Amino acid sequence: MRPATSQPAIFAPRSGPLARAVDWVIRHPRMFVFLMVLPITLWLGIVYIGALIALLIQSFFSIDEFSGMVVREFTFKTYGELLRPYNLDIILRTVAMAAAVTVAAAMLAFPIAYFAARYAKGKWKALFYIGVMLPLWSSYLVKVYAWKLVLAKEGILTWVFAKLHLTWALDGVLSIPVIGGNSLSVSYMGTFLVFLYIWLPYMIIPVQASLERVPGALLEAASDLGATPRQSFRMVLFPLALPGIIAGSIFTFSLTLGDYIVPQIVGNSRLFIGQAVYTQQGTAGNIPLAAAFTVVPIVVMGIYLWGARKMGAFDAL
Amino acid sequence: MTDAVTFRGVSRHFGSVKAVDEVDLAIHDGEFFAMLGPSGSGKTTCLRLIAGFEQPTAGSIEIFGERAEGVPPYLRNVNTVFQNYALFPHMNVLDNVAFGLRVKGVSKAERRRAAEETLELVELGGYGTRRAGELSGGQRQRVALARALINKPRVVLLDEPLGALDLKLREQMQEELRKLQRALGLTFVFVTHDQDEALSMADRVAVFAEGKIQQIGSAEDIYRRPSTRFVADFVGSSNVVPADLAGVGQTGQWASLRPEDIRLDAAGRAATVTGKFFHGRVTKLSLDIKGQSLTALIPAHEATPDIGETAYVSWDASRAHVMELEA
Repeated sequence: MRPATSQPAIFAPRSGPLARAVDWVIRHPRMFVFLMVLPITLWLGIVYIGALIALLIQSFFSIDEFSGMVVREFTFKTYGELLRPYNLDIILRTVAMAAAVTVAAAMLAFPIAYFAARYAKGKWKALFYIGVMLPLWSSYLVKVYAWKLVLAKEGILTWVFAKLHLTWALDGVLSIPVIGGNSLSVSYMGTFLVFLYIWLPYMIIPVQASLERVPGALLEAASDLGATPRQSFRMVLFPLALPGIIAGSIFTFSLTLGDYIVPQIVGNSRLFIGQAVYTQQGTAGNIPLAAAFTVVPIVVMGIYLWGARKMGAFDAL
Repeated sequence: MTDAVTFRGVSRHFGSVKAVDEVDLAIHDGEFFAMLGPSGSGKTTCLRLIAGFEQPTAGSIEIFGERAEGVPPYLRNVNTVFQNYALFPHMNVLDNVAFGLRVKGVSKAERRRAAEETLELVELGGYGTRRAGELSGGQRQRVALARALINKPRVVLLDEPLGALDLKLREQMQEELRKLQRALGLTFVFVTHDQDEALSMADRVAVFAEGKIQQIGSAEDIYRRPSTRFVADFVGSSNVVPADLAGVGQTGQWASLRPEDIRLDAAGRAATVTGKFFHGRVTKLSLDIKGQSLTALIPAHEATPDIGETAYVSWDASRAHVMELEA
């Protein structure tokens, strides 16, 4: 017995210009892809890559030292200026800080991300995401100024150390040459702590995502085959999490390389690349040198990613 | 002789769920032992208890006479072939197989040689440089097996190892696994929900239901003489009928009557055909005798009555088995 039906096998075409246009695009999959890709191509091609090329061209100009005018002639002179001891120090200082922040962020993020990926379920996972993302919802400037107060000589940290009768420990740390200082808020250590705090979420999220994709059975298999927990970590978990760590480090590393606010508020008076760019293009009016400084992080990141690839960091992707 | 694995009153509870409930079990050295049951029956948890991924809530586990409770997996000379193989995606086949030797600190040349040898054993010689992702399901299965065997474990655990393979490949692997186990003389413990697989491969079978073992015995024992209704029904979908209908035992008892033991017989009992399914080798008839439903498998070359018609059937009462336990 078949149910009686008056339904047609093919429905009538849809009316209305939008519906007809959509139906037409659906019938032409290549057109669909083209329309999807068009805006992003325009954006990337003109606004993004175009601006980058303009910047690169600027860095090959130089400045006339008498008139202060930009000389629009191709030269490596500006890049030569980068190698002056004062400027080279700025670059090395910034790269060292970015590297330290990245390593510390990776070490701090890993256990947090591991917990979230392996053990947190349901509402605990939601809580984890809120906990990690919450600091990103408030103004970056407010956070950095808050840290300045926390780390200041009259700040809460000094007070806590004093109450715990640990002032000697804080003084001991501050008396370490180079990274120490008068107080945490005017030392490299303070700059480091603030960078670590504000960029940490950018490390946790990708590491968590990469750990989430490691099946639990792989760790069981390693253990089953005789690997101690340390060996399982070194031979299985870490290599599989590495793409996530690299992704996170791209954020922490490049954000630190380019930042000019944190070291200005918390730290000593020595410049970082971001501050150098700020002064060169602002007060000094040396756009070519500012551009050359800006190229440094791009080159450093390029070398970093190339090295990571060489070492097989993306093999598990 | 010491048994390979001994469970004494072993329980594993997850909160209020009794995944394994007071199980006693002895797996002999060198046997192919199957744990058979539906999902959630506790068979996989038992396997994980042997591997060390789970610790018992109560009871004691011995592996070759040595206490295993509290011993982590990496200190047990027991290796597992995982359900989805769990091959390391960032290593090639050779490194996967050699992993067990690498963590033991065996030299690179030595473990390379051993890994190649083990790959030969599972007929994958020359595949060492491939990535796990480039292999077919059957090949991954062999790599997983080689990886487990290279450590020369005392017990090999196999968790539904053939579940992801298609039928033809599965049958081929069943034969090969059996051959390999005989050749190596190792104890294999095999978890499956496929009764055909358990019956055809294992020396002995344990049938699990709801965290308990229903019956342990040879394949023939389990099939011919199921001790509970669950075993009769789960293994070979037997007809569970009142004993007096089957022509054995006493009123009030239940008997198992295998569908293939029922035959068409003009002098037999009248039954109404309620369903008819053609299976190739056999035709499956659903029958009704005075309100009792029965399934019969009739060789396909015999003519069978259609749905709604009357079939005359009989069976040899000696083939019916009275179940001792009510469950």
